[in-house]
Amino acid sequence: MKRTIIPFGPQHPVLPEPIHLTLTVEDEIITEAVPALGFVHRGLEQLADLRDFRQMVQVVERVCGICSMMHAMCYAQGIEGLMEVEVPPRAKYLRVIWSELHRMHSHLLWLGLFADSFGFESLFMQFWRIREKILNIQEATTGNRIIVSVNVIGGVRKDLSPDQIRWMLSELIEVEQMIMNLGPTLFDDYTVKKRTVDKGILSGEKAMELGTAGPTLRGSGVSQDMRTLGYAALNELDFTPVTEKNGDCWSRCKVRFLETLQSIDLVRQAIARIPNGEINTKVKGRPDGEIIARVEQPRGEVFYYIKANGKKNLDRLRIRTPTFANIPALLTMLPGMWLSDVPVVVLSIDPCISCTER
Amino acid sequence: MFKMTPNILKNFITEKATRLYPYEVKEPYDINRGELVNEIEKCNFCGICAAKCPSQCITVNKKTATWECALFVCVYCGVCVETCPQKCLHQKQTYRKPVREKEIIFMQGEVKAKDTPDGSESS
Ligand code: SF4
Ligand code: SF4
Repeated sequence: MKRTIIPFGPQHPVLPEPIHLTLTVEDEIITEAVPALGFVHRGLEQLADLRDFRQMVQVVERVCGICSMMHAMCYAQGIEGLMEVEVPPRAKYLRVIWSELHRMHSHLLWLGLFADSFGFESLFMQFWRIREKILNIQEATTGNRIIVSVNVIGGVRKDLSPDQIRWMLSELIEVEQMIMNLGPTLFDDYTVKKRTVDKGILSGEKAMELGTAGPTLRGSGVSQDMRTLGYAALNELDFTPVTEKNGDCWSRCKVRFLETLQSIDLVRQAIARIPNGEINTKVKGRPDGEIIARVEQPRGEVFYYIKANGKKNLDRLRIRTPTFANIPALLTMLPGMWLSDVPVVVLSIDPCISCTER
Repeated sequence: MFKMTPNILKNFITEKATRLYPYEVKEPYDINRGELVNEIEKCNFCGICAAKCPSQCITVNKKTATWECALFVCVYCGVCVETCPQKCLHQKQTYRKPVREKEIIFMQGEVKAKDTPDGSESS
């Protein structure tokens, strides 16, 4: 069979962000995929040389728009670990609430984009309409829709009033209902199944071998979730990581769908148990030493390596984002797929390219 | 096949999810971090805002009593508002209108007499 090379991306209708794949195709079946990254590299890690360690909170938030809260939280937890700062309990709970809201809006965004990748436009709009409610909650409680900017070293900057909490809970009931209504369409619809079941299969062992993270890993039946480490107030909340066995696009989709509902539950639990008190502590001095911080983002585990030397600028900041860990998995999923399935498979890992390239 | 139909039918009777921007504008929340304003008469040009700003878009000159902010570099994080000792910086609830050219806010305050005791030195 004659080999053809087809470029996929960096500009492609299905991709929200630029990634380029060189696809080798034999008779419309993919035999090889080679990625090219680097279209949106911004050098944010290097900024640690120019901005002091407190200003870096606002810089790392901009590594990824969608999960800005988690980046800042991860960085703040790292620095707090270095400086041995004890964060007030209320701040820990507030961090959980906002990070789970972030997970919800990220998963809803993805569920919409995923529906769009197989041409289900109306489902895309339905999911994004639900997402708007979460964004409203974020805007009303933090002052911004997505880059919420609530974290500081030593706690959080904003508090939730009892009125806001009541309003949030009533909105979440509505959100939950709206998400549940879309469940049957996503999981039982003939067209959706035809496009997602048994596409881009990744076995559990292969996923572990490739160092996959997040819902891509849990969709292959491996129960690994950094939230089980119990950072912030998560050690006081009950949850078990969502897993699915099949390792195909449908399973990954189901994991994210169920995680959205799980996040609603976690927010409710956090609200029920949130203590009163301070929301941040004054942090004096400068960090010294090196530390690793890990947080579960919507796309998987994010990993921060921080090296400080007692000066106001950090020595080194290294960020490993979940999409970076998931790209090798994507490259093993693609061979054997039809060319027409590539958009669905690429989106099934929830690629966040700006995050990856920092 | 018809799993989506109940949702579609429901959409006929639920309220619209979109609005006709710019004719209809969403009510801003009280807490919104919008346009940055400085009440220059209260400012003592201490330079704390300039030192704390993560995007380094503020320039303060104590000698000439000027305060400048590069609006298109500012990320509207609100750090300067929180740290200003004089509480003269504020953020409005509404966002700035789009413009054709990048602007810089330039504000001229009153130059204080040399021996006036005032705030801390800029860093
Ligand atoms: S921190 Fe406040 S008082 Fe000091 S220069 Fe800035 S605006 Fe003026
Ligand atoms: S809002 Fe943030 S970016 Fe803008 S001037 Fe203030 S500190 Fe700087």
